[in-house]
Amino acid sequence: MTPLSYALQRGTAMLMAPLIVIHLAVIIWAVQGGLSAEEILSRTRGSLPWGVFYGLFVLASAIHAGIGVQTILREWTPLGRLASANIGHGLIVVLWALGARAVYAVVWA
Amino acid sequence: MSAPERILQVDIRRGGEAGDYERFEVPERENQTVLDVVTYIQRHLDAALAYRFSCRVGVCGSCAMTVNGRPRWTCRTHVARVVRGGKLTLAPLANLPVIRDLVTDMTPFFEKWQAARGRFVPGDGPRGEMAAVSPGDKQRMAASDAIECINCGVCHAACDVVSWREDYLGPAALNRAWAAWNDVRDGDRNGILRAVTSGGGCHTCHTHQSCAEHCPVSLNPTFSIAGLKRESLKAKLRGELK
Ligand code: SF4
Ligand code: SF4
Ligand code: FES
Repeated sequence: MTPLSYALQRGTAMLMAPLIVIHLAVIIWAVQGGLSAEEILSRTRGSLPWGVFYGLFVLASAIHAGIGVQTILREWTPLGRLASANIGHGLIVVLWALGARAVYAVVWA
Repeated sequence: MSAPERILQVDIRRGGEAGDYERFEVPERENQTVLDVVTYIQRHLDAALAYRFSCRVGVCGSCAMTVNGRPRWTCRTHVARVVRGGKLTLAPLANLPVIRDLVTDMTPFFEKWQAARGRFVPGDGPRGEMAAVSPGDKQRMAASDAIECINCGVCHAACDVVSWREDYLGPAALNRAWAAWNDVRDGDRNGILRAVTSGGGCHTCHTHQSCAEHCPVSLNPTFSIAGLKRESLKAKLRGELK
């Protein structure tokens, strides 16, 4: 890990901690008495706060997972620095794209 | 009538990289250390047994081995504390090449100290001018906390990350670099931060404290490494680490 990827790993972890707590708390609160797709979408459609919340969530988790996987590959497989980094960076892009698509679908689509 | 002599069953790993365990029987004594047991075997049972020691009082750091699965300094480890069911299993330190029997090749260990730039580099101030460092100075105290390392290699053997990544500098070398960085007289302190951030440097550490848990002189390399992570990030953000 370089000093910058270390800072990103720590920073995204710090950012995700409250986001995860809010995410779980809202799920638990919202499912009281059943929950339907319409109900969810009625809350998220056109909501800038939820768009920003999950936009950040997706970005932070993609970066955090990508750096983590890169480290694990380096330690547990014979892959070298470059190959591990490429896979890790690729994962960041893929996870971010999948997540961003989901956020787009529930907020703006 | 004296009590019958109790006998320790001691399994020692013999040979080089590929070796096997050999069983010895050693009479148990009061206040016996693991190093005493090995010395008894070498003097009375097998003169060819290779092991390393020097001071016998916990100063030189040369006697470390794997004792019942854990890296330990053997001259200060009492048999009574570690023996299990009358048995001791001794092997060379992990994470280092084996030369023979209980002797490891410490070269890669000390090469990492050099790679981490754990040595003093003088500044170019005028000769004879003494830097005044107060004993209560924050950096002086941080250096004091890290400086008492006896180079035994126990933490290096106890660190999983060292076993996973050949290029990881490891707890002892990084702890040494932290002591060196806290020496305000050093002429190239950013050079230390550059050395510990390239390749398998300080950011490779998982902060799981196995090194601190095993260090026989109760140093905390994890803490030193956290300091290096912090200071190298600051230096990076200030643009001093090119
Ligand atoms: S804290 Fe770091 S140096 Fe110490 S044992 Fe764990 S990974 Fe190794
Ligand atoms: S830090 Fe402790 S365990 Fe590691 S080499 Fe120094 S004295 Fe030995
Ligand atoms: S022989 Fe010197 S520390 Fe054990």
